[in-house]
Amino acid sequence: MLGYALRRIAGIVPVLLILLTVSFFVIRLAPGGPFASGRALPARTRAELERLYGLNRPLLVQYGDYLRALAHGNLGPSYSMRDETVAGLIASGLPVSAALGLAALALAVLSGVPLGVRAALRRDGALDRSLAVFAALTLALPSFVTGPLLALAFGLWLRWLPVAGWQPDTPRDLILPAVTLALPLSASIARLMRASLLEVLGASYIRTARARGLGRARVLWRHALRPALVPVVSYLGPAATYLVTGSLVVETVFELPGTGRYLVQGAIDRDYTLVMGMVLVYGTLTLLANLAADLIHAWLDPRVRHEPL
Amino acid sequence: MPGSTRACVMNRSERRRPRAMVLAAALIAVLVLLALFGPEASPYSYSALDWAHLSIPPGLTAEHWLGTDSLGRDLYVRTVYGLRLSLIIGVLATAVSVLIGVAWGTLAGWVGGRLDAWMMRVVDVLYALPYLFIVLILAALFGRGNLAVLLLAIGAVGWLTLARVVRAQTLSLKRREFIEAARAAGLSGPQVLWRHVLPNLAGSIAVYATLMVPQMIVYESFLSFLGLGVEPPRASLGSLINAGARQMLTAPWLLLVPAGVLIVLLLSFNILGDGLRDVLDPTRR
Repeated sequence: MLGYALRRIAGIVPVLLILLTVSFFVIRLAPGGPFASGRALPARTRAELERLYGLNRPLLVQYGDYLRALAHGNLGPSYSMRDETVAGLIASGLPVSAALGLAALALAVLSGVPLGVRAALRRDGALDRSLAVFAALTLALPSFVTGPLLALAFGLWLRWLPVAGWQPDTPRDLILPAVTLALPLSASIARLMRASLLEVLGASYIRTARARGLGRARVLWRHALRPALVPVVSYLGPAATYLVTGSLVVETVFELPGTGRYLVQGAIDRDYTLVMGMVLVYGTLTLLANLAADLIHAWLDPRVRHEPL
Repeated sequence: MPGSTRACVMNRSERRRPRAMVLAAALIAVLVLLALFGPEASPYSYSALDWAHLSIPPGLTAEHWLGTDSLGRDLYVRTVYGLRLSLIIGVLATAVSVLIGVAWGTLAGWVGGRLDAWMMRVVDVLYALPYLFIVLILAALFGRGNLAVLLLAIGAVGWLTLARVVRAQTLSLKRREFIEAARAAGLSGPQVLWRHVLPNLAGSIAVYATLMVPQMIVYESFLSFLGLGVEPPRASLGSLINAGARQMLTAPWLLLVPAGVLIVLLLSFNILGDGLRDVLDPTRR
């Protein structure tokens, strides 16, 4: 198990390096530059600024410099926000984004798994049928539609929850964004859980367990749930990818001060280092989350560990 | 798997699909007609300002039956115009995706061997990347308001699933007797592909294209929502929803009308696509 984990962790580094390299050059391909938009600068000032940040040097040299600085943990200065470093900007936004993502993940798993189990056990029951409708709705609708609609209903009409914004230490601000982000995830997990539990319950070893005289609850807890969870767990990888991009949307909709806004604004401002920093953080997060899902999968299903990579 | 086992896994609402499919197809037809003829059928233009009627709620005046926005622009015209743009971009981006996906999938499946392994590895790697993230960066860098770039960026990320499906089907078709017969009759590889493999793939391609349209519309709306897509005064459903969300305290209809249209559009396409998949695509059973 440890060997498997180490091999997988080592596999992340080259992928990240490729991602960073491609992003670095693609970002530079775009027309304009960090000091070309916005307030017009005198040509001399601009040249001076570009010299200061090393932007006048050959691209390959800049790439080498960036990687060298990165190896020392330095993400560089932000070009568009004066006196700010990329690391500082990300460090200030990441706690909000992380809280949102983790809350949504917890909400989705804690609602999706029981919903799916219940729907599988009472097939064609009221819950099972409403699950189908719920899944069709939430999976079809993007969060920039559900978000404002939820804010309108629960924030403006019912006045239960804050509409948007963020004050430190008020978890109420997080409820609507987290629910918005969690809805489609919860539906997918419930559907997966339902289908896989139905399949497992039809297996012959479950019949054997029942035939040996074990009660329904015992068979469910001891024999059926663990194998039925495997597809759900492997879905957590794609789910993490969804959370990373979904949080960008939800942060915009609810005006949360997370890191999401830096990506779009940074790309528009040609703030090269900021975009690179965002690619690094979100890329690493996605890869690590996929890795974590695979590791849990290997733990649940021993066959995976022994497969050659 | 035979059909009977599938019937066990389906629940009652899934077995009632045919009726829902007809309804969905009818709704799509209505929305397409609205997008085609709606903007011209109204006396107003999507960008015409009416200073006498600012922020009118729906149903208050006979002139603007769905109301107006804060600049006095007619909400009905803007919504059907946005619907038109969203549909056009959705369908064209789907076409781009289908082209790439089918070419990639058939080539990998038909040639097989190392090329296949390498091409599918590329798909696997791309699968792990967050699409929306990439589209966002590309759109912000290259294509603010540039519809061609927008189309390419959206279309270039949607083809992965289709490439997988098409490859799997090409692989299984390749071993069938009628393909062998066609080869034996002296047809060249490309001829067999074009005349015998592609027509047999048409069903699944149609299914996935139907499911892809709503996805592409979502991507486009999302980019427009963030201000990276179509530029004002033009509108797509996404930019209308964005504008509506900003004013939902004073004028909730500006959010509810375009959001409602988008919801009906997306749900209809999804129901139709899922239904078609159950009917046409045997690999899913």
